[in-house]
Amino acid sequence: MARYILKRILGMFIVIFLVLTIAFLIVRLAPGDPAALMLGPEATPEETAALRTELGLDRPIVVQYFTFVVNAAQGDLGTSLFFRQPVTQVLAARAEPTIFLALFSLVFALVIATPIGIYAAYRRGSFLDQSAISTAMLAASIPSFWTGLMFQRYLATDLGLFPASGYGGPDASFIERMGYLILPSIVLGIVNSALILRFTRASMLDILGEDYIRTARSKGMGEPRVVLRHALKNAAIPIITVIGLTFALLVSGAVVTERVFNIPGMGNLVVSAVLRRDYPVIQGALIVVASLYVLINLVTDLLYLTVDKRVRY
Amino acid sequence: MNEPVLDVRNLRVAFRARRSSVTALRDVSFTLHPGRTLALVGESGSGKSVSSLAIMGLLPPNGAVTGGAIHYRAVDGSVSDLTKASKSEMRARRGAEIAMIFQEPMSSLNPLFTIGDQIGEMLLLHTDLDARQRRQRVLEMLELVEIPAAASRIDNYPHELSGGMRQRVMIALAMVCNPALLIADEPTTALDVTIQAQILDLMRRLQKELGMSILFITHDMGVVAEMADDVAVMYAGAIVEQAGASELFARPSHPYTRGLLHSIPMPGRPEGERLVPIPGTVPPLHAMPEGCAFAPRCGLADEACREPVSLSDFAPNHRVACFHAGREVTHV
Repeated sequence: MARYILKRILGMFIVIFLVLTIAFLIVRLAPGDPAALMLGPEATPEETAALRTELGLDRPIVVQYFTFVVNAAQGDLGTSLFFRQPVTQVLAARAEPTIFLALFSLVFALVIATPIGIYAAYRRGSFLDQSAISTAMLAASIPSFWTGLMFQRYLATDLGLFPASGYGGPDASFIERMGYLILPSIVLGIVNSALILRFTRASMLDILGEDYIRTARSKGMGEPRVVLRHALKNAAIPIITVIGLTFALLVSGAVVTERVFNIPGMGNLVVSAVLRRDYPVIQGALIVVASLYVLINLVTDLLYLTVDKRVRY
Repeated sequence: MNEPVLDVRNLRVAFRARRSSVTALRDVSFTLHPGRTLALVGESGSGKSVSSLAIMGLLPPNGAVTGGAIHYRAVDGSVSDLTKASKSEMRARRGAEIAMIFQEPMSSLNPLFTIGDQIGEMLLLHTDLDARQRRQRVLEMLELVEIPAAASRIDNYPHELSGGMRQRVMIALAMVCNPALLIADEPTTALDVTIQAQILDLMRRLQKELGMSILFITHDMGVVAEMADDVAVMYAGAIVEQAGASELFARPSHPYTRGLLHSIPMPGRPEGERLVPIPGTVPPLHAMPEGCAFAPRCGLADEACREPVSLSDFAPNHRVACFHAGREVTHV
């Protein structure tokens, strides 16, 4: 077990190292002079040359790569061309809304989707089952920008229940900032609950047909115990997988939702950075998101181990 | 003979299909006396498993008892009809008084709980024992079913045990609350022959020590010969022949029972005798012939067999549902 975790963490570092290399190469492999690309067509040759020196682009590529990796290992991902701030600072400032948005919407999706998914599987073919599936289908097909706009229009503007957009001013308290995340969390949660609901239902349906469920019933326990203790634990692995994947997707930035609600999160930052050709920020975001993915995958795999003792790596 | 533990009277079970309903059990009656073993014998689809599920109150959602009664005599002597029992009454009985062993030991145990957990859960549901007492009792049960090194096995997961060991665990699970009635649904079918003999030995020994009655469901006449005191042969949802085991083997009288016995090798048969398969297959439930359901496959069938036939006395304690009971097949 400990050896497995150690091996996985080592593997994690290898993946992150590869991501670093790819992030490094992307900028260097882009056609033309990266400095000129970053500055755009209006830059003078002097400006370009200055940037080349600043970025170290005038040094041999091996030296550049080595410097880049050593700096990254020390937590230095370069300086944003647009913000004129270290990339790590820029990313850190945008991480809070994204992480909490991901967390809230996941919790919302889980609270809605798992109980309904379990019940739908248990009462397969019933009216509730069929309405749950069709509602989930509908929820998954409505684009989140539309739901977002409708929520802003009716729940925020007309009824004034929630703030419509933004993330509070610079002096907004933590609670206030979280208040801004309620509507976007629900919008994202609705989309993700559809997926989680379908996975939960399918997985429970499989398990409820198993012989050991019949054994459980023959022991004389009530249906809640049969379903929640004997079936749900067995159905958990596919559900955990889809939750992990959903969460990983969410932390990489829910671009559309962040845009609609004007939340200064990672998704918004990356889109702006691409438009501004702020390569160090793009590089940094790539590295951070990839690392989070790897980390979430590791956590998911470790969760399998705790649920199912048959899982051996 | 003392009062029966189980007295099934004219039990009818039907399953809802898309638009129609099919009858899976047609007026099934049998009795099981304390400390005895009744074997329900038949091919797949004959209704033997449905009978056991009806007794347990575990018919699938689309199945229901549509007639008859299942009189069960509890340990305290009170008799009640299980077909009329409430859900909570049935839950209290299941496991505690009426326990069941299933065919597939590989898949009948929950893979995510230790065997100690799963046996102990029975005690948790039906007794007031605390955790330490439960563990102690589980350990005793594991020793009783002859699981070697029980103390170290108790925390194993099912996948760490062999098929035979798992079936022993299933037996321990079924017996832990000391049930009056054990329903064993093909408990040895999935096991290889040496293990099968060990499990049958174990069940016989436990029956002698603990005194429960066993309803033994099987398609294997060899197992019937080993285990049963009484036998009921089922065909297409009805009992076609019922007798004490020795009587049945000595004088099989329904053409179907004879067919079953002729189709398997048995010790004591003349050397060189050919095994004779029963031609055809069991008719599907929605296309039952009128009259005797076995008639289309029967060498003795004639006009009379188109009339409905029911069990009638053929000899003392020997009932057969056949107009030609006891007659030899002269042509096949």
